[in-house]
Amino acid sequence: MSSVSMTVNGKSVTGEVEDRTLLSTFLREDLHLTGTHIGCDTSQCGACTVHVNGKAVKGCTMLALEAEGADVRTIEGMANDDGSLGVIQAAFQEHHGLQCGFCTPGMVMAADELLKNNSNPSETEIRKYLSGNICRCTGYHNIIKSIQAAAAQLG
Amino acid sequence: MPKDNGIGASPKRREDVRFLTGRGRYVDDIKLQNQCFAVFARSQVAHGIIKSIDTSEAEGMPGVLAVFTGEDFTEVGGNPAGWLIHSRDGEPMKEPKRPVLAHGKVRHVGDAYAAVIAETYEQAVEAAEAIDADIDEQDAIVDMAAALANSDNLVHDEIETNQCFDWGWIEDNRAATDEAIKNAPHVTTLELINNRLIPNAMEPRASTADYNPGTGHYTLYTTSQNPHLTRLLISAFVMGIPENKLTIIAPDVGGGFGSKIFHYGEEALVLAASKKLGRPVRWTASRWESFLTDAHGRDHRTTIELATDKEGNFLAFRTSTLANVGAYLSNFSTVTPTILHGTVIAGNYTVPLTYVNVKAVFTNTAPVDAYRGAGRPEATFSVERVIDKCARELGIDPIEIRRKNFIKKEQFPFLTAAGLEYDSGDYHALMDKLEEMADFDGFEARKAESAKRGLLRGLGINTYVEACGLAPSNLAGILGSRVGLYESATVRVNATGNISVMTGSHSHGQGHETVFPQIVADMLGMSADDIDIVHGDTSKIPFGMGTYGSRSMAVGGSAIVRATEKIIEKATKIAAHMMEAGDGDIEFNDGVFSVVGTDKTVTFPEVAFKAYIPHDYPIDKLEPGLEETAFYDPGNFTYPSGAYACEVEIDPDTGKVTICSFSAADDVGNVINPMIVEGQIQGGLGQGIGQALVENCVYDENGQLLSGSYMDYTMPRADDMPFFNVDQSCLTPCTHNPLGAKGCGEAGAIGSPPTVINAVVDALSHLGVTHVDMPASPARVWAAIQAAK
Repeated sequence: MSSVSMTVNGKSVTGEVEDRTLLSTFLREDLHLTGTHIGCDTSQCGACTVHVNGKAVKGCTMLALEAEGADVRTIEGMANDDGSLGVIQAAFQEHHGLQCGFCTPGMVMAADELLKNNSNPSETEIRKYLSGNICRCTGYHNIIKSIQAAAAQLG
Repeated sequence: MPKDNGIGASPKRREDVRFLTGRGRYVDDIKLQNQCFAVFARSQVAHGIIKSIDTSEAEGMPGVLAVFTGEDFTEVGGNPAGWLIHSRDGEPMKEPKRPVLAHGKVRHVGDAYAAVIAETYEQAVEAAEAIDADIDEQDAIVDMAAALANSDNLVHDEIETNQCFDWGWIEDNRAATDEAIKNAPHVTTLELINNRLIPNAMEPRASTADYNPGTGHYTLYTTSQNPHLTRLLISAFVMGIPENKLTIIAPDVGGGFGSKIFHYGEEALVLAASKKLGRPVRWTASRWESFLTDAHGRDHRTTIELATDKEGNFLAFRTSTLANVGAYLSNFSTVTPTILHGTVIAGNYTVPLTYVNVKAVFTNTAPVDAYRGAGRPEATFSVERVIDKCARELGIDPIEIRRKNFIKKEQFPFLTAAGLEYDSGDYHALMDKLEEMADFDGFEARKAESAKRGLLRGLGINTYVEACGLAPSNLAGILGSRVGLYESATVRVNATGNISVMTGSHSHGQGHETVFPQIVADMLGMSADDIDIVHGDTSKIPFGMGTYGSRSMAVGGSAIVRATEKIIEKATKIAAHMMEAGDGDIEFNDGVFSVVGTDKTVTFPEVAFKAYIPHDYPIDKLEPGLEETAFYDPGNFTYPSGAYACEVEIDPDTGKVTICSFSAADDVGNVINPMIVEGQIQGGLGQGIGQALVENCVYDENGQLLSGSYMDYTMPRADDMPFFNVDQSCLTPCTHNPLGAKGCGEAGAIGSPPTVINAVVDALSHLGVTHVDMPASPARVWAAIQAAK
């Protein structure tokens, strides 16, 4: 076991992990941040997407130890300071961009990165960008609508 | 205009806040004090005799608490099939035992033959790998026709055949159908495959058991669409745990699509392990386990014949199907290819004769069971594909041939040749709407424009009708169901006037927490914000049959209506007492009771308060309290229908199919929440398009699953999908439930696969292509183009 320290959603955290412990496992099992979901074992579904030093990363593709000293943000850190939904989260609710909610945290984290890098993405750009995030419920229609609405609002 | 949050409104979903902030509570999010972990040892061969299992090394490894094998479960029952189907000769279907852990034989890759319980997940994984199983591999039985032809190599030796049943529907119509086809001026024949699919709810299955040695009570947290049904199966058939000693909690569940209806052996294992150890035992499937062991869907091989006269009037449909049930009978595996398939083979049509023959076949593959649509997509695909082929052969427009044979609006209720009485519908209106939505007149111009870019454009249309809202219990019983198919609801008015509604339906994405309060709010004239839904916990809800078959609103919602009616009835009596009037003189409107012809009123919350503080109360006639339960058993199935159109472009050099547009006009009966209905339709379309274009479950001849990960099984991605043009304006209410609701959960997945394939074939028909099997992948479409050259 090794000690690991990082900042998660603005708070300093420290834990003891095995060398093989994935970042996603550390977040869920040690920090109890269960909003980051595990949907596959081949790093393809995107349900575990979090931000590491500002970049969207699949939490199952990183060892917890690799995040030593990193600034990590999870879905639990995406709401406004007053607890209200952030712009992307609110757009997903407004446009029914989620059903079962399991892929949703990853979708929100991916959308946040997309809109940071491209404030006015085309429909095609959004669809291509989400190729690493699988949703089984929505047919993606309302996810795309939600992201378009968030983009419009964020300007 | 609907109220902001009453029937017909689209309030934002209340459940979204927790899902969007990471505060959902799925099974794997639940960590219990002193928990330990279960990991399964699974067969790597499709078919083998278990000669010995040596667990000694595993038992001695660090952290290992217990190891189980099939030997430990020989005394418990098998996981049963929920429907008893009889063959054409009257013999009951073959029902080999489905054990908790494989015993004697392994029958598919992934079949669990042992389980390890350890302090940590990693320790359990390592110990499971150390179990030494001597398994004598046998030839795998994979192909259905070969399985029927070979009685020397059997999936289940004790039943002496690989055939589960040979079912005919309707057997009395067989001779007449044969005769009609023999004498028909025109017969169109089509052989087709309804491709095998893997459901892939994004949340893998998970089960955590918590046995309390002090009380003898078990609690099972599990990914279920129907916790009471799971409890019933575990209690009455598998484990014998009394229902009063077993609580099942299905908390937030990350999608089901059918695959989480069923009871699986892992649930029984963790219960047994928790009892043995006196500790909570947690198991969550890895995705590879989901691929190998979740019940798969579809997998039919069908020959369909359509007999017509020269003008295209339908005379008879006849189908012959091989349906794969996999290695074991999963709970709905026998009703899906039979009742849910054969009874809708008449489609939207007045065709006078239909006959369906289904042979169900055991193979060394994962169990196959209900998957979004369950039998009705298979029927619709067969019927609507052969109609398109027939129209082309006869030179009749595919829309016209359908219109010519539609059941007309004034003919409802209509008893179809397949034996169901459709209560309502207006298929011509749906087609009119579709023509308006899809701009058929502009198609030729769009096709010419595609051609300029070297692309082949096709237009596919399709209609469907489905039987859902399962079901009248008495009819289901006649047809072979071993359970009832009602739904329950309890409406509990709290003393301060707010309400908790306990429902036996289960939401795993359908938005029940938002939509069910809309009904009660409307009926009681109050804000939906003051009404909460309780679901997914057998200790809090009287009973329930759960959510599948698009039944939640039509059956579960109707139960809520009935319970709320009882509340109003009792509250009216209390109000009459409070206003010193007769019961018959009380009116209830918009949350206020009044005495007819006076200005006396009391509000609903005042009545509720009185019911709980009954100082001045008609105690000789009424009990205190205000809580009512209803069990609603529907009078019939419900019959949603729709008309769909799709345009595709095909690149002839690569075979790549791109969907340019998709229009869907659905009649789902009365709509409670339009936003949620649209979302359900869109989601169904996404899954149906996935089946048509990209998804395919493939086993090789050795029974190895080749499509066993997201690298190999193509899930539809965002860039595979268009925006959908959906409409729910042509509605005919269901005539036999109080909401007039028909159901919307499966419609898109039923109607879209034939729409897409009809479009693909339309684009290629000038080359002589008459059929392309699903998925219409680039390789397959390119090969069809080359073969036609």
